[in-house]
Amino acid sequence: MLSVRDAAVRLGERTLWSGLSFDMAPGEFIAVLGANGSGKTTLLTTVLGQRPLTSGSIRVLGSPVRRGNRRIGYVPQQKLADAGTPLRARDLVALGVDGHRWGVPLPSRERRAIVDGILRDVGATGYARARLSALSGGEQQRLRVGQALAGDPALVLCDEPLLSLDLAHQRGVSELIHRERRRRGFGVLFVTHDVNPILDMVDRVLYLAGGRFRIGTPDEVLQSDVLSDLYGAHIDVIRVGGRVVVVGATDSSHHDEEPA
Amino acid sequence: MIDSLAHLVSDDSLWSSLFDFSNYGELVVLLKNSIIAGAILGIVGGLIGVFVMARDMAFAVHGISELSFAGASAGLLFGVGVVPGAIGGSLVAAILIGVLGVRARDRNSIIAVLMPFGLGLGILCLALYTGRASNKFGLLTGQIVAVDDPRLGSLLAVCAIVIAGLLVAWRPLLFASTDAQVAAGRGVPTAGVSLLFMVLLGLAVAVSVQIVGSLLVLSILVTPAAAALRVASSPVVVPVLSMAFGVVSVVGGILVALGTSIPISPYVTTISFLIYLVCRIVGEVRERRGSAGGRRARPAVH
Repeated sequence: MLSVRDAAVRLGERTLWSGLSFDMAPGEFIAVLGANGSGKTTLLTTVLGQRPLTSGSIRVLGSPVRRGNRRIGYVPQQKLADAGTPLRARDLVALGVDGHRWGVPLPSRERRAIVDGILRDVGATGYARARLSALSGGEQQRLRVGQALAGDPALVLCDEPLLSLDLAHQRGVSELIHRERRRRGFGVLFVTHDVNPILDMVDRVLYLAGGRFRIGTPDEVLQSDVLSDLYGAHIDVIRVGGRVVVVGATDSSHHDEEPA
Repeated sequence: MIDSLAHLVSDDSLWSSLFDFSNYGELVVLLKNSIIAGAILGIVGGLIGVFVMARDMAFAVHGISELSFAGASAGLLFGVGVVPGAIGGSLVAAILIGVLGVRARDRNSIIAVLMPFGLGLGILCLALYTGRASNKFGLLTGQIVAVDDPRLGSLLAVCAIVIAGLLVAWRPLLFASTDAQVAAGRGVPTAGVSLLFMVLLGLAVAVSVQIVGSLLVLSILVTPAAAALRVASSPVVVPVLSMAFGVVSVVGGILVALGTSIPISPYVTTISFLIYLVCRIVGEVRERRGSAGGRRARPAVH
């Protein structure tokens, strides 16, 4: 469904990653991990067709990537809506249904039914008519997931969707994505700096570091020897109370310890 | 403006200078064209103001209006005419800001650089201009001139282009203004849409400059939408309210100004400010009640 072949992105002298190859099965949930600057978000922008690969190829549903593929849903980092945004919760979801079409939206029963259904699925019916900018970060993020679902995607790309959410909302939003991908059967490529909120949901993790990568189940990849080999430095992977902590995965912009 | 100030001082009663409604009926008939122009301008300002707010571009409006002033002054000086000059200046500024200022921070610095340059250029052109003086300050602070038929025609044509453009681009523009990256992911040509918006904004500013003057354009292109957003949040209610506020401000301002020797702009700006004030109070009162009454009674729920 998503097929990455020998892909590389270079920024000037620097190679973000190269030789990247993996296939995503329909409905698969893959977490993309790695330190800051390892090219996690860049991977998503290449799948969206917004940045060309330096070499290699990416195919989505059998065809090469292109801008504006409507079978791809995209959930961005949590960014609070501005007070000047003339939208209610349901209007944000409605943009996911037909926001790309020209003209003024005419009242449509079909459109309303789709939006109502999605609001129900993401648990936003209670605040459907509330002003978007008055909602909490977690509520807005549920709506962004809903907006991505509205296009009936085959693949959903998530770029740090849990960032700056509290633990309860992190749990709520990731469970929502997990449940809907089971129900609707779309694949998920989930960029995150912390795998713990989604550790029991992911099928595989793709770990990017130093221009190289490892892909496999969390138990295969999140191991001291695997990551030490990947980073070329000693890394400890510690499991405490069902959480995974990677110690020693440093980069220029990072402190010593970080969750995987 | 100097003339009217002198008139103010020499007059026995300040009040009769502010309000004098003798022969009002005749004046209204005489200035029918101005009133029509004002109404359509209120609609355009209210409509495009919603996107100015959504894209957080109030400062850009001000910057464009100063270059529009420069263009209009140059048009006066070189005998091309105020209208083509204002439109030319506006479009140059709008496209420059649109192309160079993709990121918000770049945009603000580009506007801050362009704005004084435009004002200075405009003042230079006016200083060199030897024609009638009453036109000069009108470009900055607005004027109530009898809008003749050809001029009304050109105003209406430009306004029609702006309205049509906004209606056609409505959904993608709203999508791109809310979250450009997601919109691009869904196939919205975000760069093209924002350039189109800047062109429409430039045209709207150029028309507004001719009625309220370049210093006061914000009162038509921003204040009505800002007021509407205080009391509503639906993508249907906000533009409708905003247009209504815009029309009330401009037409109301013209009607009140008819009975006076003062330019229309202070009346337009005062009315639009009062509307904003009322909306703000209504919004806050609702918010307070809403927070007591739970989620469904949030402010601005429609």
